[in-house]
Amino acid sequence: MTPRQKYIAFLTIFGKEVRRSLRTWKQTFLPPVITTSLYFLVFGTFIGSQIKAIGGVSYLAFIVPGLVMSTLLTSSFQNMLQKFYFLKFQKTIQEILVSPMPAWLVVFSYLSSAMFSGLAVGTLVFCSALFFQPISVAHPLLAILVALLTSGFFALCGLINAIYAKTFDDLSIVSVFFITPLTYLGGVFYSVKLLPGIWSKISLFDPILYMINALRYSILGFSDMPVYHSLLVIIVGIIIAFSWILYLFKTGRGLKA
Amino acid sequence: MKQALSIKNLRKTYEGGKQALKGVDLDIEEGEFFALLGPNGAGKTTLISITCGLVQKKEEEGKVLVQGHDIDIDGDDAKVHIGLVPQEINADIFEKVEEVLYIQAGYYGISRSEAKEQIEMLLEKLSLKDKRKSKVIELSGGMKRRLIIARALVHKPTLLFLDEPTAGVDVELRHDMWKFLRELNESGVTIVLTTHYLEEAEKLCKRLAIISHGEIKRLGTMEEICNGRKLEDVYLEITK
Repeated sequence: MTPRQKYIAFLTIFGKEVRRSLRTWKQTFLPPVITTSLYFLVFGTFIGSQIKAIGGVSYLAFIVPGLVMSTLLTSSFQNMLQKFYFLKFQKTIQEILVSPMPAWLVVFSYLSSAMFSGLAVGTLVFCSALFFQPISVAHPLLAILVALLTSGFFALCGLINAIYAKTFDDLSIVSVFFITPLTYLGGVFYSVKLLPGIWSKISLFDPILYMINALRYSILGFSDMPVYHSLLVIIVGIIIAFSWILYLFKTGRGLKA
Repeated sequence: MKQALSIKNLRKTYEGGKQALKGVDLDIEEGEFFALLGPNGAGKTTLISITCGLVQKKEEEGKVLVQGHDIDIDGDDAKVHIGLVPQEINADIFEKVEEVLYIQAGYYGISRSEAKEQIEMLLEKLSLKDKRKSKVIELSGGMKRRLIIARALVHKPTLLFLDEPTAGVDVELRHDMWKFLRELNESGVTIVLTTHYLEEAEKLCKRLAIISHGEIKRLGTMEEICNGRKLEDVYLEITK
């Protein structure tokens, strides 16, 4: 395929999937925004008013980056997972495998569309947070970079899960047993510095902690760890996940008989 | 004459130990209408799926060349030439008919404006014009079959695989499909057909192979294989 043909193929997949997400906006965009707004209301406004400031900001402002990151990564993961598993389930993936598109192009096209949905949800959640707490973003470009990288990493994880999934039950295992606990233990609602002894050290093995702190630094200007540590963790994660997916496409595992 | 498909010593053993192909050799020339016959589980779909890239093949499991392109070396170049009508209807049920075709064109790097003429022709020829704005889920079984044939032809392949294309199709529609496929073959497209309707193979194909238990048992022209007998009798004798 020529570069122009690859560009057309990319636009075809990206356009098709974005249109599908927009068509199902009540399912894609609305639930996370409503759920997170309730978090802002209950934990931020009602309970948060009883909690003292952390790092010089109100508790509500403190939890905003964590909740934005939590919805962004969950949406990116779920979007890719459902999209790609549905392709396998309907066997429409055969048309992609029969086509001359190289594997990296297929992955990149689906990745971009899942990132679009994840970032759109993250942006909507951040905008809804502004209703409860005005926030000026300390490092806007860094915030965009962190959001892009995290969304990309979790979309790739969603794709790996979709490739290995054999039944609908397999779609919830990673989300329920890994992503949700790691997110809630990743400092969405608290600073790891507040954790006693061993727990703060154990938390350092949680990759989502680095992502939440990177966004917290970008938005609020402070975090529990240096931002370059966080960026390094996310970039290494992306390289590993992308290489893993290319290997799966090359060997056909989970995709071909 | 140049070969559209050349298969040398193709073997395939699935995980679990099932040996689907046991060293198949097959050459199909450009412009042929070729039938691949055999009972369920004989290896027909595996052979087609390997050629199209749907079933994984290791280099040591034999050679497959499509229009001279080795699928292990330049598989993407080989795929440009291939069109596949799969056994199962696998179009996205929530997409509109014409959108299925434009999306398919996009997978081959063909823009909407470049694909328009071919898509209009296919919608017309396969009597789908009135249904162009309908969603796939709203189509009848026969229409879905015609749609996946149209989809396989959007990028103008030179080698078309039809894996039981008329299964479950009524007699009238089957005859329309035969007419269309004959015209397509006359326009230069090489067609490989698998079917359980032996009269379909007799009517459309000049050459055929009968495959059973992963091996080609007979290969030749209809006359060579039948030798004055009915194809059904020969088929049953071989596949028994």
